[in-house]
Parts: sequence; structure tokens; C-alpha cells
Amino acid sequence: MAKGVAITGMGIISSIGNSVEENYHSLIENKIGISRIQNISTVHADVIKVGEIKKTNDDLIAELELNSDNNFSRTAMIGTLAAKQAVENAGITEINEFRTGLISATSVGGMDMTEKHYYDYFEKPELVKYIACHDGGDVADKIAEELGLKGMVSTISTACSSAANAIMLGSRLIKTGKLDRVIVGGADALSKFTINGFKTLMILSDNYNKPFDNNRKGLNLGEAAAFLVLESDEIVEKQNKKVLARVSGYGNANDAFHQTASSENGDGAFLAMKKAFEVSGLKPSEIDYINVHGTATPNNDLSEGRALRRIYENETVPDFSSTKPFTGHTLAAAAAIEAVYSVLAIQNNVVYPNLNFETQMEEFDLTPQTSLKNKNIEHVLSNSFGFGGNCSTLIFSKS
Amino acid sequence: MEALKGELKNKIITTLNLEDITIEDIADNDPLFGDGLGLDSIDALELIVILDKDYGIKLVDPKEGKTIFQSIETMAAYISANRTK
Amino acid sequence: MKKTYINGVGCISTQKTFDTVFLEEAVVNHDENVLAIVPPAYKEYISPAASRRMAKGVKNGIVASALAMKDANVENVDAIITGTGLGCIEDSEKFLKSILDNKEEFLTPTSFIQSTHNTVGAQIALLQQCKGYNFTYVNGAVSFESALLDAKMQIEEDEANSILVGGVDENGEYTTALFKLNGRIKADNTAPYDVLTSTTSGAVYGEGASFFVLENERKENTYAEILDIAIVNTLEENEIKTEISSFLKSNNLEISDVDALVLGFDGNAAFENYYRNLTENAFAQTPVLYYKHLSGEYDTASAFAFWMAAKILKTQEIPEIVKVNSVSKSAYKTILLYNQLNGKNHSFTLLSK
Repeated sequence: MAKGVAITGMGIISSIGNSVEENYHSLIENKIGISRIQNISTVHADVIKVGEIKKTNDDLIAELELNSDNNFSRTAMIGTLAAKQAVENAGITEINEFRTGLISATSVGGMDMTEKHYYDYFEKPELVKYIACHDGGDVADKIAEELGLKGMVSTISTACSSAANAIMLGSRLIKTGKLDRVIVGGADALSKFTINGFKTLMILSDNYNKPFDNNRKGLNLGEAAAFLVLESDEIVEKQNKKVLARVSGYGNANDAFHQTASSENGDGAFLAMKKAFEVSGLKPSEIDYINVHGTATPNNDLSEGRALRRIYENETVPDFSSTKPFTGHTLAAAAAIEAVYSVLAIQNNVVYPNLNFETQMEEFDLTPQTSLKNKNIEHVLSNSFGFGGNCSTLIFSKS
Repeated sequence: MEALKGELKNKIITTLNLEDITIEDIADNDPLFGDGLGLDSIDALELIVILDKDYGIKLVDPKEGKTIFQSIETMAAYISANRTK
Repeated sequence: MKKTYINGVGCISTQKTFDTVFLEEAVVNHDENVLAIVPPAYKEYISPAASRRMAKGVKNGIVASALAMKDANVENVDAIITGTGLGCIEDSEKFLKSILDNKEEFLTPTSFIQSTHNTVGAQIALLQQCKGYNFTYVNGAVSFESALLDAKMQIEEDEANSILVGGVDENGEYTTALFKLNGRIKADNTAPYDVLTSTTSGAVYGEGASFFVLENERKENTYAEILDIAIVNTLEENEIKTEISSFLKSNNLEISDVDALVLGFDGNAAFENYYRNLTENAFAQTPVLYYKHLSGEYDTASAFAFWMAAKILKTQEIPEIVKVNSVSKSAYKTILLYNQLNGKNHSFTLLSK
């Protein structure tokens, strides 16, 4: 593949910062966003740790200047904030000037609101407006409306690989000439639904998550939203845009092994990475940093590690780390925030530390980078694997 | 113990929605996972909840389930020894 | 650039649409505001071990996709792409209710796992051991069209030769009650419910699963070719005609080239003008068809329309039961489908023989 699709803007809100800059500073200063849960009352409050955005819903409503009769879910609000940041960062003033689309991603959708009011709708007419914000598509519809975007809008929901797939589709829409620019990314707010869901699967840790550690116990959930603006080379030239980095490779494959667990040999992950290399034309050895999915569940890290070993065969696996000890696992938004972190790694030539790592996994010889490292970064590989065996890999390159 | 075994077989059939299976189809020593009844890891998690909800036994590590849930026999033995309800 | 052909179809709906020639057994229901699926014999397609965890939507999706693959005479596909508006809402309801009723205690994982939106696509992949590209789109009324657009791109980019594409939605009891409360579904006890002559807002609701095998090769049993798909989030009533004209023009066609127009009339008088304006003006000389009086309204109902249009192109006959006007043509070569929901999520799909 030629150069890759240009990224001209980014926006992000997560537990480690409310802007691209804030997130970056947290990453290089070891400032984690994991803590006890504040915004949701759950019986599990004392036995879980989460990566929560440090704003209440009222804060978000005020920041977005929404009317009191709005029916935004928390997911839609954080999504809108991040998308607006990205559009502004890309210097876009007339959103419909060119063929512009929005491809979003979410798994929670408006569930954060639905679960609050589920049994109250019939008694409290003032809550009925929230019924319409439940579905996944509502988040993208609301973001589009707030941006004034009228063109193609859609949403991908493939669990934890969702945002990677959104970035992938956006890239293809530009490459095939169907759109001139696409805003891509994802958003997921914390909810009792997901907290309890993951609890029943017994993959939540009661402590800080330790990716790729032999004694890892599970993940910390998080919430976040991030969007990137992808633009065609034609528009970049026409408008003399600054290119932050490029999406040079991508691949999606299905593990077809089990609904929630990954295969021991990491088939899906292996195939996704292989495909991404094919698309980019790069060799595995050309990757300078791998942002692994690294959720710190016993299953994922084993499966992903095996897949990495298969891709790299007899070669050394490049510097790699999971940034989930900073942010928690933000589900459908994960690949989007990690895309922002990948671009920042390229722009600043850094490899982030894989925090909380102590003991190498006994199954193979893989130790993540545990301290911040400065080196030239040309290419970053980012993995995101979701339930339903949905495995996605993205490769970002210096422009 | 016999009553408990019968109870467990019933619970497994209803909770796991095994429509075509009857109590008579499940022998006490039949393997529940893999061959035999063919339950999988998601079913194991369901059984862990039954242990907690109906018998007051809390398993913290899902891997403990491997030995406990080998058969109706092993399940019943474990529950008898550890139940708080 | 390779072309995209519909080579197999499978439809499970609120009408008898399997084991039939076409819509000969279809019946219009004026008494209900929520239509229920006509179920196939699930046991013939899904083992008890697998089906014990599956809610309606997943089962319908699996059967519809099996029917489509059989129809296309293929055993494997390179990719699976699905669209769903609300996902597996039954399991979603089940899990949420457990959380609320049991105060977050003694919860079991099955309904949580089954509630993830990409479950249908994932289960199909698991059953077929298909490790290829697998996406699920969840954006209201354009969920199915998003899947179609993606599939067509895959074929054009030469990434896949055969793709299974489908739209699936199921009704959940509590969600249906909520939709009646917020007016998305017409109120109870206000029959007769008529989709074309309604004066009230809200729609008659339904559920279903429609799947298609798309390939890059025209075969003997090919139904139609997919010429183009467009998705536009926001359009005013007076912008539709222009949008359609330029959509057709970019495919070297004009309004007069359209042999049938399939519209998403759903009985919601508040947004009816989107369709009525076209029927009475620009397309007054074109056969205009509707389908939601048969399928019911739901986010992926347009997949039912897609099935219907494919069948029409193959049989070269339009069943009376779907006609809005009495215009007819001697041959049907090009069909345009247009759908929207509440003035948003507009989709335009162009099929040709």
C-alpha cells in the first residue's frame, strides 16, 4: 500500500485526561486514571477498580451546553466532546464542505441511561425521552447532529474491537474514493450492565490490572471516547493540512473459537496482524512499538502473546506495552484511544510503559517495556480483540 | 445425598436450558464437561452462581470449578461438605 | 472493478417467507400493532446444544443465513457482515432485569454474552468456522445498508469473493412496551392499523432476519446485481428528490429508468411526506411498492424490502399485495429502494437484473 490514509485531527476524553495533551502528559508522567468508582452506585464498588472520566453527567451537559430537555446518554456526551475536539483539531470549519462521514463505535450505547430509569418510565413521563437514546446508533446520530454533519453516518459494534473496525472502514471509504473525509472512533461510558456482565465472567480484577504478568487476575473497566479525522490526500493538499500520522495497515479476522474466550493459539489475532502487514506492505520487523490489547485477563494475554510469537517467529518482538493500566479497558472506545496514543507515540518518539508488570508469563519469553522509552518511532501496531472472536489490528505510520 | 444429586440434575437441566435431556439421562459419574454432557466454560460460570445462590458457597477462582464440577458425584460431595444454606 | 451479485436469499419474517415461492401466503394484519415472527423449524437447522442459549434473533439469523447459503449453493463464505438496530434485545432485557431485580447478586453470564450486538455474526462464524472478515453495524435504520455498502466495497476491493450479509432484529417484551409508551409504536386498541392511510404517528412494529449471499460472479441462479448504495444521515423532505436524482445520475440513470420504487411506508403519518411526495410527484408514473404492512417496522426491515426486490427482479412479477399504485411495467430491470426513520438515516439502494 502507498502511504496510508492521512490523520489530520484527534480528540479524546478518558480517565487520564480531557484532551489529547492531558492524556499525553499522563502517559509520560505515569499518572493513572484507575480508582474506586464514583459516578455509579454498585454493590461491587469496593471490589473493583475502574478508569472513570472525572466529570459527572451534569458537568458534561454544562460543557456541551445542552438544553434541559436533552436526552443524551453519557456515552453520547463523551462521544460528542471527543468528536468536536477532533474536528477542531483538524481545522474543519465547514463540516459538509466535502463528502464527509462519521463512523462511530459503541457497545454500551445509551445503556448507562436505560439502566438508571428502566422501571421508572411508566410513572415518570419526564423520563420517557430517554427511551430513544438506548440504541447504539443514537450516539452517532447525536454526534452528527452536534457537528452539523449531514452525510454518511454509521456505527460499528463488535465489542472491544469496534473502534479499530470504525477506523478501518473509514480508511477504506477514503481509499475507495467514496468519501473525502471521515471522522472515526468510538465511545463507551461505564454502566452497571457492563460492570456486572464482566463480573459474571469472572475476569475483573479487584486490584490494578497487570497486563502480560504471570500473576494477572483480570481487567479494570474504563470509560472513554476518542475520534480521529481521516482525510484524502486531495483534501490534505487542497487545504494544506498538517498530517499527524497515517493509517497504513489494517486487518480484521474472526477467531471462530468461542463466544468470549480467545483460542489458545491466538488464531484470530494472528490472522488480523498478518492481514494488517499485507495491507501495509511492511515487515513485522519494521514495527517500532506494539500497543497490545493487553487487558490483563488470563485468557487474552496468553492468546495475544502466542499470536505475537507466531508473527515474529524467530525474530525479536518489538518494544510493546499495554496502556490499559493507565485507562482501564474502555471496550468499544479502546481502539480509538489507543489510536490516539499510537499517533502521539509517533509524533513524540516514545514507547509508553506497561505499568504494574512484575513477573514474566511462564508460557513464553515476552517482557513488555516497563519504563518510558525514547526512540525513533516510524510504525506502530495496535491490537484490539473483542467478544465473538472479533480480532482487529491497525498499523500507524509516520507521515 | 441422593436427593441432592437429583436436585442438582434438575437445576442443571433447567438453568442450562438442556431441553432434550431428562434426569435419567445424567448418570452420577458421567463427565459433565467435554465428552459426556458436553458443557463448556460459560456453563461452568453458571454452575458457580448456583453454588453461591442456592448453597451459599462462594468460589473466587473459576479454575476451582474444574475439579468440583467433574460429575454430579463430585459436585454433590463438595456441596455436602461446604454448604452454608 | 468486480460487480456484486445477489446469489442467495433467506428470509424469516412476520409472514410465511420460507418454503414459499414468494409472498403467496402473505396476509395483511390490521388488528395488531406488533407483529410476531412466523417461526421456522429451528431444530432442523440448530442443534439443541447450540440453540439452548440462543434468543429469537440469533436463531432467526442462523436459519435465514442457512437458507441463503443453501439457495446460493455455497458451503462457505469469505466474510460475514450483519446489521441490527437493537441487537439481541431479549437477552439485554433479561440481564438488565436480573441486575435490577436481584440487586446485582447471583447474576449469570449467558444473557450478558448473548446480548452483545455482534452475537449473530459471531455465532454464524463459529458454526461455519469462518475466520474471515466479520463486522456488525448498529445504526438504526441504516444498519443493514451499512452492511451492504461494506460488502460491496469488499468485493470491489477484491478482498472477498463471497459474503454473507444480513439484517436482523427481534422484539423484546419490555422494550416493545417502552416503544408504545414513547410513541414509536402505535398505541394499543386503536385498530384498524393501516400503513398507507394512517393519520396517527407511530408505526406498526415487526421483527425478522433476512440474509443474502453476495458474490462477484453472475450465476444461473443470480437474483440481481447491486448497482449502488448511499447512506445520508439528515435530509429535509424537499431534498429527497434531488438526492435521488443525483444518486441515479451517478449511476448513469434517470427517474424514468426506474421500473419500481420500494418505499418504507410504515404508518407513521408524521414522516409520511418523505414517501408521499415521491409517490405523487416525481414517481407518479412508476410502480410504487411498500412492504412494512407485511414485515412491520423495525430498524432492519429494509432487509425484507431488499429480499422482496431481489425476488421481483427474478420472477419479473410484482405481487398485488405490495402495490401502492396501479402503474405497471412490461419488464422490471431496475429497482430503487428508499427508506428513512423519523427523518433521519436515509438509505438509497439500486438493484438491477
